Amino acid sequence: MSQLGNSVSDTLVLAKRNLQRIPRQPDLLTGYTIQPVMFTLLFVYVFGGAIATPGYDDYVDFLIPGIVVQTIAFGGFTTALGLSDDLRKGLIDRFRSLPMSRGAVLAGRTFSDVFLNSISLVIMFGVGLLVGFSFLSSPGEVALGLFLMLLFGYAFSWVFALVGLNSSSPETANALGFIAIFPLTFASSIFVPTATMPSWLEAFANVNPFSTVSDAARALFVGAPHGDDVWGAFAWAIGITIVFAFLSISRYRRAVSN
Amino acid sequence: MASDVAIETHELLKHFGEVKALDGVDLSVPQGTILGLLGPNGAGKTTAVRILTTLLAPDSGSARVAGLDVVKQAAELRAQIGLAGQYAAVDENLTGFENLEMVGRLYHLGKAPSRKRSSELLERFDLADAGGRLVRTYSGGMRRRLDLAAALVARPPIVFLDEPTTGLDPRSRIGLWETIEERVAQGPTVLLTTQYLDEADRLADSIAVIDHGKVIAEGTSDELKDRIGGERLEVRLEDGTQIETARDALRELSAEQPWSEDGVVKLSLLEDRGAIAEAVRKLDAVAVGVDDIAVRRPTLDDVFLQLTGRPVEEAEAEDAGGEEAAREGQA
Repeated sequence: MSQLGNSVSDTLVLAKRNLQRIPRQPDLLTGYTIQPVMFTLLFVYVFGGAIATPGYDDYVDFLIPGIVVQTIAFGGFTTALGLSDDLRKGLIDRFRSLPMSRGAVLAGRTFSDVFLNSISLVIMFGVGLLVGFSFLSSPGEVALGLFLMLLFGYAFSWVFALVGLNSSSPETANALGFIAIFPLTFASSIFVPTATMPSWLEAFANVNPFSTVSDAARALFVGAPHGDDVWGAFAWAIGITIVFAFLSISRYRRAVSN
Repeated sequence: MASDVAIETHELLKHFGEVKALDGVDLSVPQGTILGLLGPNGAGKTTAVRILTTLLAPDSGSARVAGLDVVKQAAELRAQIGLAGQYAAVDENLTGFENLEMVGRLYHLGKAPSRKRSSELLERFDLADAGGRLVRTYSGGMRRRLDLAAALVARPPIVFLDEPTTGLDPRSRIGLWETIEERVAQGPTVLLTTQYLDEADRLADSIAVIDHGKVIAEGTSDELKDRIGGERLEVRLEDGTQIETARDALRELSAEQPWSEDGVVKLSLLEDRGAIAEAVRKLDAVAVGVDDIAVRRPTLDDVFLQLTGRPVEEAEAEDAGGEEAAREGQA
C-alpha cells in the first residue's frame, strides 16, 4: 500500500477506536452534552432578561449561535483527555513503536471529534429551537454556518491535542483546558455584546477569535449584520488548525510516557 | 555488522539534563537468543529500550536493530520489532480482540489477516474466552498476556520486553514466565529488562548488568553467579562451640573453606541440588546438631554488592534524583 493509503487507513483505524470507546464511557458523553444545555437554560431563563442585545428581536437569537461556538470549541476536549490518558497508560509508546503514520494518532482523534461535534450541533440547535430560537437566514447560509462550526471545532481539537500531549494526566489536561481556555470564551461576544464591557476588556474581546466566530455564526444563522466576520472566522479556523497541527505533531514525535 | 547479530549498540550515550541515563553502552545480542538487561530502577534500562525501539534518539553512539540504524532507518525498523511490558499498554475500553485487531491494522497486515491473527493469539495466550470482554475487566496477569500478544501480532523477528512482570504478584509472575518461555521466546530475538535476577536467570540466555548507564558485567547466569560464589548454604548450629568441626565436615561441598558469621556457618555451594540433605548427613556423621539450615540463592543484591560494592537500595536512593531529572528531561 502507498504511504498516503497507509496514513489514511491508520487514521481511520484510530478514529474507529475512539468512537468504539464512546458508548463504553457514557459519563464522557453526558458531561459533554449536559453542561452546554444547562448553560443554555441558565442564560436564556436566568440572565437573558437582564441582557440587552440591540439589533436582535430576542436574546435567544443572540445567545444560541454564541453558545454553539463555545460548545463546539470544547468538543475537542475529549482529544485532550484521551491523549493524556494514552500517554499515562503507555499507549503512545506502543503506537510510536509501530510502523504507522506519525500523524495518525492525532488525526484519528481529531476526526472522531468531528463526528461527536456533529451530534453536539444537533443537540444544541434542538435545545435552541425548543427555547425559542429560529434560523432567520437562507438554507445556504445555515449550511455554511454549520460547516464553519465543524471547521472551528476541528481547529480546537488540534489545540486540545497539544494540551493533552503536554499533560501527564487527564486531571492536568482538565485544569489546563478550564483555566487557560474556558475564560477566553467569556471575554468575548459569546454571551453578551462587547460594547457593555470596560474599554480594556472590550478591546481584547473584539480581537478574540471567539468573538469573530460567534459574530460570523450570527451572520450565518440569524442574518445579523456581521458579514465581514465570516471571512475572518474561516481564516481563524484554518490558521489555528495549521499552527496547532504542526505544533502537536512535532510534540507527538518526541512524546514518551513517564 | 555480522548478519547473525540482531541487536547491536556502540557507545550509546543519552543525557537528560545533567543526568547520564546511558553512559556508553555496548550490547550485542545474537539472533534467536534472549538477553536479560538487569539493573535497579534508574539504571538506564528503559532508556536503552526506548532508543532501540525508536522512541528516543541517542545523543551519540549508534545502534542497529535487525541491521537497521535506529535513527536513520527508524521507519523500516519499526516493522521488525514488537514492544511490550511496563510501559507498552493496551486500551482498557476496547475488548482484547479489538486491541489485537487494531495493532494488526497498524502494522498494515490487512483487515482479514489481522482478525485471523488476533483470534489465533487470543487462543495461544489463554484469552480466547475473555477476547470479547472489555480489557478493563481483565486481571493484571491477563492484561500482561494481552500486552505480550500485541507485541507478537506481526510476528516480529525482534521483541522487546520492558520489565514484563513488574507490579505482578508472585503467582502471576511465575505464570507469565511460563508464557514468555513457551509462547514468546520461541523464535524471535528477545531483549528483556528486569530488576530481578531470578527472572533474568530463568528467561535469559545471557545477562548484561547495567548500573548508572553503564554495563558493568556480562555473561550467562552461571558465569555471573560464579563471580559472586553461586548458591550459598547457611547452617545455624545447636551448639556454637562446634563451629570448627562443622566447617571441616562441610569443606567438600564448596570450592573454598567455609566461613562463619554470628555463629552461622556459611559456604558457597559447588552443586545446589541435594545440598541440604548432604550437609545434614555430613554433620550427623560428626555428631553436630543442626538448629536451622537453608540454601540462599544469590539475589540482585548479591550481584550488586559484589560488582559495585554497594547494595541495590543505596543505588536506587542515589538514582532517585536522577530518575526525577530524567523525567523532567523527557517532558
